[in-house]
Amino acid sequence: MLTRTTHDLTMAEGARAPGGGRVDLLLVADMVEPGSKVLDVGCGDGELLRILAERRGVDGRGIELSREGVNECVTKGLAVVQGDADTDLVDYPDDGFDYVILSQTLQATRHPRQVLEHMLRIGRRAVVSFPNFGFWGIRLQILFGGRMPTTNNLPYTWYDTPNIHFCTIKDFRQLCGVVGARMERAIALNAWGRRLRLTAPWWFWNLFGEQAVFLLSRDKKANGRRSNSSGK
Amino acid sequence: MAEANLTIIRDSTARAREADSPRSPVVHFGSDRPLRLDAGVELSPFQIAYQTYGKLDANRANAVMVCHALTGDQHVANVHPVTGKPGWWETMVGPGRPIDTDRYFVISANVIGSCMGTSGPSSTNPATGKPWGLAFPVVTVRDMVNAQAMLLDHLGIESLFAVAGGSLGGMQVLQWTASYPQRVFAALPIATGTRHSAQNIAFHEVGRQAVMADPEWRGGRYLLEHTNPRRGLAVARMGAHITYLSDAALHRKFGRKFQDRSNPTFSFDADFEVESYLRHQGSSFVERFDANSYLYLTRAMDYFDLAADYGGVLARAFKDTPTRFCVISFTSDWLFPTSESRAIVHALNAGGARVSFAEITTDKGHDAFLLDEPELFAIVRGFLDAAGKARGLNGKP
Repeated sequence: MLTRTTHDLTMAEGARAPGGGRVDLLLVADMVEPGSKVLDVGCGDGELLRILAERRGVDGRGIELSREGVNECVTKGLAVVQGDADTDLVDYPDDGFDYVILSQTLQATRHPRQVLEHMLRIGRRAVVSFPNFGFWGIRLQILFGGRMPTTNNLPYTWYDTPNIHFCTIKDFRQLCGVVGARMERAIALNAWGRRLRLTAPWWFWNLFGEQAVFLLSRDKKANGRRSNSSGK
Repeated sequence: MAEANLTIIRDSTARAREADSPRSPVVHFGSDRPLRLDAGVELSPFQIAYQTYGKLDANRANAVMVCHALTGDQHVANVHPVTGKPGWWETMVGPGRPIDTDRYFVISANVIGSCMGTSGPSSTNPATGKPWGLAFPVVTVRDMVNAQAMLLDHLGIESLFAVAGGSLGGMQVLQWTASYPQRVFAALPIATGTRHSAQNIAFHEVGRQAVMADPEWRGGRYLLEHTNPRRGLAVARMGAHITYLSDAALHRKFGRKFQDRSNPTFSFDADFEVESYLRHQGSSFVERFDANSYLYLTRAMDYFDLAADYGGVLARAFKDTPTRFCVISFTSDWLFPTSESRAIVHALNAGGARVSFAEITTDKGHDAFLLDEPELFAIVRGFLDAAGKARGLNGKP
């Protein structure tokens, strides 16, 4: 799984260098109500949990696959367990958390649909951030380079990558419909880490967004159908 | 032979002295304060020997209970009165150590059934004036914890900042959180499980049979008959010791190296270093440990099954627990493999508990919790620091 580094965080907290850094951390944190109970799935070295605790007074827990990440988190005093999003979410009870966060990890799961369904079961809300594979820079690399794209955010070669389930913003919206998730908020960032206009159409986001962050909740009415809500 | 007999007598008197009048503080619980045992009988009167380190703060909020393993004792961080060796967890407990005695008041009690001053089979039965032997009632992990709770009552400590321990000590930690959730702020069960596996019970049975097969055991009456089942207990320890290590660690330490010779002797001498090492482990163990205590404490571990006390559902043992947990396992521990710790974590998650879980990479096997493992120290320190902040400990007693 992707690991967040302090370097990334610095970039996210600052003006953000073009195309680099984990710019979604603070955006994710902004979507979380202060004082709530949060599960961060794929929490890396715990930076988001730290930000959530310090800025939002959140009672945070984490799951992380890498042993190094977990041990670093526990050493920092964070409540993090070694585990796998694909297999271990099933052990968490319904409505155990206010928010379940999946930050830059969806594309590394084996079963993204089940993971998203568990998130919506365990948390009253889910926050998902992911790299948009429909981003123009990626499209151009395939179109003109004819090879699997690599970017600053996604530096891995195709044969040695934890990322096995890339999707576009359009794909993710479709998945939300399939699992009955209501899109409460969405944010897309361009290659320079700036937010795209809220009023821009989805096709524009899908082409110019390099990353996206979605705040989701269970939508019982829309269950199994495509959600009509714009969500932006 | 005469010399051998002398050694036996010296061993057993030293131990007998330690069993009744240990070089540790002792609390006597009279007939007004019996210990009600799981076996359905009351132990009364009885005594608990314990050690403390550091200072209790004004709010009585900084107490840490350290629970010892099968053959450990209360001498966590001081020179052992029998062996003269450093305390068994001096790397973890002490000034500036992860369980920092400059900040925390550390208590460690010898468990019920052991032989270092808390009532056990080698203690004098007050009804007969002779050693209990097998007349001592069979005890459980819950009995050990209930006795420790009585010690805390006696010391005037309402709640513990933390309980920590590995192996059998970890079982006590889990039992503490299940029996007295309101008295435990933070728990560190290390290299442990919520039940003893069939394989572990099997290993223990081999050890017990080795003790009982020694003619010197005399049906458990060796203290009365002035014998000592040294060989049986040594074999039990040798077998058990293998389970505390790992194949990789044994290979790294000994490989197939010969002991003080370059060729095999074509005999049953200790040709190999690993044989010599195990023999030493066995013979040094019998100097400090009572054979009957070994039977009782292995039995207590075998009987431990936390879920069974809660209708077979482990999560119920931790339901609505206010305790924060840090569960730790080691990759090469095949006695209490990571899957056992994971089961604890699953149950805690199901109960919505605040839990951290780390698996530490090491080839040192089960014994890793006693050894120099920097990652273990960093995790314990970090977890206690964070818990201390949450508890409002200001860092000075």
